[in-house]
Amino acid sequence: MLIYERSRAGRRAGAQAPLRENDLSGIPGAFRRKQRAALPEVSEMQVVRHYTRLSQKNFSIDTQFYPLGSCTMKYNPRGCNTLAMLPGFLARHPETPDDHSQGFMACLYELQEMLKEVTGMRAVSLTPAAGAQGEFAGVAMIRAYHEARGDMERTEILVPDAAHGTNPASAVMCGYRVREVPTGPDGDVDVEALRKVLGPHTAGIMLTNPSTLGVFDRRIREIAALVHQAGGLLYYDGANLNAILGKVRPGDMGFDVIHVNLHKTFSTPHGGGGPGAGPVGVSERLEPYLPVPLVARAGERYHWLTERDRPGSIGRLSAFAGNAGILLRAYVYARMLGREGMERVAEYSTLNANYMLKRLMAAGFDAAYPQRRATHEFIITLKRQAKELGVSTMDFAKRLLDYGFHAPTTYFPLLVPECLLIEPTETECREELDGFIQALCDIRREAEQDPERVKTAPHNLPVRRLDDVRAARELDLAWKPSSG
Amino acid sequence: MPFIPHTEDEVRHMLAAIGAGDIEELFDEIPAALRCGRLEGLPEALSEMEAAGLMAERARRDGRLVCFAGAGAYDHHIPAAVWEIATRGEYYSAYTPYQAEASQGTLQVLYEYQSMMVALTAMDVSNASLYDGATALAEAVLMAVRANRKSRSRRVLVPATVHPVYRRVARTIVHNQGIELVELPFCNQGGHTPPGSLARFDGQDIAALVVPQPNFFGVLEEVDALTDWAHANKALVIALVNPVALAVLNPPGEWGTRGADICCGEGQPLGAPLSSGGPYFGFMCCKQALARQMPGRIVGATRDLEGKRGYTLTLQAREQHIRRSKATSNICTNQGLMATAATIHMALLGAEGLERVAAACHANTQTLVGKLAQLPGVETLFDRPVFHEQALRMPAKAKTVLKGLAGQGVLGGLDLSRDYPELGDAVLVCATEKRTEREMDDYRQKLAGVLGQESLD
Amino acid sequence: MSEIPTDLRYCGTHEWVSGVEDGVVTVGITDHAQEQLGDLVFVELPEVGTPVEAEAECAVVESVKAASDIYSPVDGEVVEVNEALADSPELINDDPYGDGWMFKIRVADETDLDNLLDADGYREVAEAE
Repeated sequence: MLIYERSRAGRRAGAQAPLRENDLSGIPGAFRRKQRAALPEVSEMQVVRHYTRLSQKNFSIDTQFYPLGSCTMKYNPRGCNTLAMLPGFLARHPETPDDHSQGFMACLYELQEMLKEVTGMRAVSLTPAAGAQGEFAGVAMIRAYHEARGDMERTEILVPDAAHGTNPASAVMCGYRVREVPTGPDGDVDVEALRKVLGPHTAGIMLTNPSTLGVFDRRIREIAALVHQAGGLLYYDGANLNAILGKVRPGDMGFDVIHVNLHKTFSTPHGGGGPGAGPVGVSERLEPYLPVPLVARAGERYHWLTERDRPGSIGRLSAFAGNAGILLRAYVYARMLGREGMERVAEYSTLNANYMLKRLMAAGFDAAYPQRRATHEFIITLKRQAKELGVSTMDFAKRLLDYGFHAPTTYFPLLVPECLLIEPTETECREELDGFIQALCDIRREAEQDPERVKTAPHNLPVRRLDDVRAARELDLAWKPSSG
Repeated sequence: MPFIPHTEDEVRHMLAAIGAGDIEELFDEIPAALRCGRLEGLPEALSEMEAAGLMAERARRDGRLVCFAGAGAYDHHIPAAVWEIATRGEYYSAYTPYQAEASQGTLQVLYEYQSMMVALTAMDVSNASLYDGATALAEAVLMAVRANRKSRSRRVLVPATVHPVYRRVARTIVHNQGIELVELPFCNQGGHTPPGSLARFDGQDIAALVVPQPNFFGVLEEVDALTDWAHANKALVIALVNPVALAVLNPPGEWGTRGADICCGEGQPLGAPLSSGGPYFGFMCCKQALARQMPGRIVGATRDLEGKRGYTLTLQAREQHIRRSKATSNICTNQGLMATAATIHMALLGAEGLERVAAACHANTQTLVGKLAQLPGVETLFDRPVFHEQALRMPAKAKTVLKGLAGQGVLGGLDLSRDYPELGDAVLVCATEKRTEREMDDYRQKLAGVLGQESLD
Repeated sequence: MSEIPTDLRYCGTHEWVSGVEDGVVTVGITDHAQEQLGDLVFVELPEVGTPVEAEAECAVVESVKAASDIYSPVDGEVVEVNEALADSPELINDDPYGDGWMFKIRVADETDLDNLLDADGYREVAEAE
């Protein structure tokens, strides 16, 4: 039931609006709204009950194992939320002068420093609001770099075929043409093919390492050297940084610019789709172009660096300084992990992934890259099951929901047919992993004995399988009084 | 080990299952030369108690200024229930609702959010949020250039009365695609964009016109005339609005003869705390015919196998994960939790409550302006009607005045001379429904002191 | 295996092309292509009068999970589009070689048609996937 369907004309949550009525006669009638907006008219308790009950129709990290590959669904420590929501932080207006913002700015400055250290980059800007905005910022900096050198012939960004869709989309937003680079049979970038597309038009390459195929590209130094020789720069998509945190630094691999998804590696919440944060780090040659504002320290005092201090900056990416509240959560998380905790993130996420991979292989499932070591995630392909049993990866995914597990990422990367990209993260205990493995085995047995049961899943959720073709053909995007 | 559950015994067992001697062996495909060793720059771990002590001290150190600043971020009351519910783990720790059947909570909330935004703006379709108001404007510009089939131009007219940072952000985001943002000057007396001043563009090929309401100065623009001018010149209209203002102002869908084509803005006034500028959320709505040009996620209603109503992400073929280099935008993660909070906020206030909030803010700002203008040399800058924000001329350096006020616990507004030096010493003030008569008197008294004047009391 | 009529010509990118009638050919997507895409939910067609080039994008078909560019098989000009697809994209799924046709092109040079595949040639392409 929609909140609109609980509405009764004249009902209100009376405690929440100013009690005194005010005069609006200063605003001429021509500017005034003629008819009130159709918002629901409900009591405070109805609202609380409605949205509390709706919440119970969600899977979440706090309630379920959520091994969504490439998304790093690890535990979001409650302490990070509580401490970022202290009244002093929440009440701070973004235009508050520096003198009255030193505590807040100290947190941001230290977060910049910690991110520099774990990424091996020269400087960091925290302002991008999400990974895709970090990508935009990174590619825009690459462009600014070439333009500042008068090198206007570089019109192409190279992107491996296994990349996240945001990579090519971000490159196009920066005015580049995208050229795909194929992946070799072992999951690493096809270096010979790369050689062929590199040239005077190459502005840069966007890479994820470990890649979305769940393997570490072993020839990364060679790739970096080739791209640099061709005059291009290397962009690191930090989506999989969790796999190598504290072990390997993108700066040491030869990358010139990176973004970090704080909502993945630094455990800030995904919030049902955001907000996230996508700070960018750069090597020395891109430092002048970093998006502003940045926090700097002079002696014991923090101050903002703006366009005036950084005339070469690509500019601003949001009205203020990005998703500040998310940055505070990531800061608290990083402080609670400390040096050793960061390294353990990579170790235990990798341990969990390799354990699951080996056990699933032992149970007869097909790994996409059986000869390779898993990183923090890995791919299983259900191509054989789909062919033999007529039960698709989507059917497996939906049936997993009935077993109380969120499905892994399905049908991505596009290179592997009928795939499940599984990322357990370091915060899951062995019993959860075993339970999930058992569920996949049980579903496979069901698919053999009673395929309809799997094909028509889910059975135990608030709704049965939804018709997304109908949703796209008969668009219903907002409630109207008649939609009933 | 913080947040890692493994016992030593389990680790041994798991390594045995893998066939590895130790955890280090799991990294054997990474060339040894790349390994970084101990990161000396990182601090030692803190317990939650220690972190709490540190953060409490830092939050306290900043003190709390009484807020008379607006300029894109407004200090509204947020009902306690909003964040009590929005931070429930089921909303807080869920991912983007790709598995619709396991995400009906988030999806229905977003469908309700879209419904409420459509109602508030009188448009047809809403997306499920963008990063913030500034990026929403940038995306609206890109969308308009893409969608306007009658125009081959990549020029978009942007009044100088649009938030100056929004204009800079929009430029950062669109200029690499060869889009030109042409600045329109404003009237020094009214603080608005006179529709007559557009005559110099009559008959030119323009992709879109941005129309802010209220504008950055709080001044009300002649939205009907601006909208009709744009449509007569085959340009699309991008409305940039404050959602609380829409409780009392004519909604963009009803501007002029045909209404605005795209509507965007900053959603912060709908339940997001000030929080140093973020996370907030951008909203975007449009006419039905432009739905497929919209960036970002959109939720649609549908039916399940048994005919029961349910919700799912739809029109996904516009998005980067499917369309890749031809997507309408690169946006993936948006500001879902902020939209969730906004939905609860709007449900609690309703149209009447939002109207009371808008009226109270407006009345408070008028009261404040009346009090401050009693001081010699303090006067309103523009003579046109405003909504809940006003520019004041100061008889002393604006920067010094605001610094003096901040030293006494008052955030006195925004120094306009930073972005509009031609206005001289001017400050943009706002008093939301939270400001009391006493706080406003206190502001006047402290301002008098800072200006070296005797208080009038 | 999907249906591949022998009286049509084909592109490696899964478009079919009818024989020439008064200098005009009809274009659609093959049965194999619609099967691969699944239920179509939207079709974006070129405007009548648009000049098109062989192997250049000129339309888009969307399913729930994919969007696919449609390439013009020949140089020429669009003279008619199938308006019915705006409300009923499923026509392509139901009848790809009939009611699901997409657009008609006045062909600039009819000898270009000789470069296209015949049914057997296209069958090889489709089976190789």
